[in-house]
Order: sequence, then C-alpha cells, then structure tokens
Amino acid sequence: MTSNEDGRATGRGPAEKSRDADVLLPELVAHLREHRTRLRQEWTTRIGDAHLLQAMTSQEVAAETTSVYDNYVEVLETGSVEALQHYARDLSERIIPRGVETHEVVGIVLLLRDVLARSLFEKYQRDFALLNRVLDAYEPAANRIANTVAVSFVDERERVIRQQQDAILELSTPVLPVRERLLILPIIGVLDSERAKQLTVQLLNGIRTHRAKVVVIDITGVPAIDQTVANHLVQTVDASRLMGANVIITGLSPDIARTLVTIGVDLSKMDTVGDLQGGLEEAERMLGYASAHPDGAMGP
Amino acid sequence: MSSGPRLFSILKQGPTLIASIHTALDDSQLERFREDLVDRIGRDRARGVIIDLAALDVLDSFATRVLRDIAEMARLRGAQTVVVGIQPEVAFVIVRLGMDTGSLVTALDLEEGLEHLAGATLPTAGPHR
Repeated sequence: MTSNEDGRATGRGPAEKSRDADVLLPELVAHLREHRTRLRQEWTTRIGDAHLLQAMTSQEVAAETTSVYDNYVEVLETGSVEALQHYARDLSERIIPRGVETHEVVGIVLLLRDVLARSLFEKYQRDFALLNRVLDAYEPAANRIANTVAVSFVDERERVIRQQQDAILELSTPVLPVRERLLILPIIGVLDSERAKQLTVQLLNGIRTHRAKVVVIDITGVPAIDQTVANHLVQTVDASRLMGANVIITGLSPDIARTLVTIGVDLSKMDTVGDLQGGLEEAERMLGYASAHPDGAMGP
Repeated sequence: MSSGPRLFSILKQGPTLIASIHTALDDSQLERFREDLVDRIGRDRARGVIIDLAALDVLDSFATRVLRDIAEMARLRGAQTVVVGIQPEVAFVIVRLGMDTGSLVTALDLEEGLEHLAGATLPTAGPHR
C-alpha cells in the first residue's frame, strides 16, 4: 500500500480528505450492502482455503461471517466501533472455548478487509484518482476495525486466563480443619510471593473461622524458598500468634533448611518439626489431646 | 485528659476486667483508656485483664505501644493482660510494619482469653500471696 501512501501525500489536504470520507463512505457502504451475498460468499471461501476456523462447523462459520460482515459494514457507515467492540467480545466469549486461536481471528478480519478492498478496486478501477480517494476513506476505517476485533479478542483471552489464575490460586492453598481447633495447610509446589500472600490471607481468615489454636503448615512439597517468601512466612507466623494461634512448620527439606540458614532469616521464634506426622503429634500435645490414649482423643 | 463520650467500656467479671474498645481511638482517648484501666485494676483488685479489639479494623503503632504499656503496668500492679479479637488484617499489618508487640499475650476471642487467664492465674495464685 506504499503507492497509495505516496499518492495521498501529494496535493490533497486533510480537510479535503475528510470531505471525501463524508461523501465516499456512504457510497462505499451502499456498494458493500448491494453485493453482500456475493462478497460474503467469497470471503467464506477464502477462509476455508486458508484453513481458518476449522474448529467450527460450516453452519457456524456461515452464521458468524454474516454477523461479522454486517457489523463491519455498519462500522464503516457510522464510524463508531462501540457496537463492534461489544460484538467482538461476545464472539470471543463464544469461540475461545472452541479453541479458536488469535491468528485465526485476526486472519479472517484481514481477509474480509482484503476481499472488500478487492471489490472496491474492481468497481473503481477505471478512474484511478477516484479509486485512490475511495481507498483513502476505506483503509483507516478498515484498519480500525481489524484493530478493534484483535484487541477485544486478546482482552477476552486475558480475562479468561486471569480468571483461571485466580481459581488456581484459591485452590493452591487449602486450609483443612482436621480436628477441633487444629488446621493443616499442605503446600505443594513453588511458593512465590503472590502465593505466599494468598496463603497468609487464607490462613488468618481460617484461624478466625475455625477458631483454630494450632496450625500445621506442611512444606514438604515446596522445592525451594527465597528470602522474601521466608520473611513473609515468619510474618505470617507472628500474625497468627497475634490471633492466638500457634503455628508449627513441618517438612523443611535439607535444601530449604540450608537456604534459610545461609540467608540468615531469623527462625528462632518458629516452631519446626521434621515431618507432618511429628507436627500433628506436637499439635495434639499443645491442644491437650493425649494421643497415646484413644479415649483422650475426644479432646477438651 | 480528653473529655467527651467514652469510646471504650471496662467491665468487671469476678477477678477479671474486660475492656472493650468500640472504635478507633485517637491518641488522647488511648491515654484516657490507659489511665482508666490501670486505675481500675487497683480499685477492683483485678488479677486478669482482657482487652477486646474485635471492633477495630486498624491499629497504629502508638496504639500498639499503649497496649504494650498497659500490659506491663498491669503486670506491675499484679494482673495479667490478654489482648483478644485481633482481626486478620490488623494482625498482618502489625507484623508487616514491624510494630513491636513485645511480650503481649494474645488470644483469639473473649472466650479464649478468659480460658487462658483461668489457666494462667489459678496455679500461680497460691505461692504468690
């Protein structure tokens, strides 16, 4: 399109261009409406040729292409992308679960742009100056549409991803009441600062909800820990104590133990026990359960 | 000492004083709270003090200090202090900002606090007096 760029630069000011757009766009829209069936058909064929949208049935493709086409022409006519944004979001919501990829969505919109540009070319090819002006009016609008659709699609995808991240985060720090006043937090996988924060919130709220007196945090499944997270853990233990709960940390791997000693985190106030079993025994002792006698297991 | 309505209450329950703070106190209110409470410990011959913070959603460093002072003053006057009802957000902020809670004894809620005092004061009551 560089030749157009050059043609545009010579002789015609912005005011003239906008007048062109006012006059030419309605004419253009009328043309696209008139040949709607043929152009849509051609577009659909090209989508098939390019192997796009294969996750969808041909009826679905036909239905979606019809609405995209109508929306497209409407945006050309009104110049407002709001309705299109709305539609693009809806469309993304429908097709993302079907496994439609970003390149496909961008691809079909660009194909439509090309199909329509080609038809305009055909119509105005005898008058080269007029064609130039038509394309001047058409191209910015068409690019804006392609842009809008792509951005809406990516936004929707990101929203879905964020939602899933939240769900995973929620699931990643379960707070399990095992006995009256005793909670267990098994932590598995990498503990980053985001997850550590989540852990604190869940733990402190868990203490209040379950009226916990002892909490066992088991980090057997945590491969490594850094200074920030270690400090966060210490703070969490202190905060739990302020709420009247004792925290026992179990399952520190040799690696983590070495890291903690090397980076010099002050763990002197922390209760640690080798493994989860030992931690539970310690917790039961604190709660006054006599773990050796089964009848004492009913607790205070 | 500040005037105006009291934003806290101090109730006597046997040998225990139960002090509840109803809303965030400003510095002069906190001082009034400290004076009143320490005064009541002597007057009511209290052996235990429970300070209930369940209604508070913020606690600044001055308030933390006042609580620590009260606990220390109460100890000197023969009563043990338990702070109860610290909300999760408050607890984390206290720790996060590195406010020194010193030897402050805490418990989940009023019930827990009373239980703690019952366990702590009874055995030591004999030999001391």
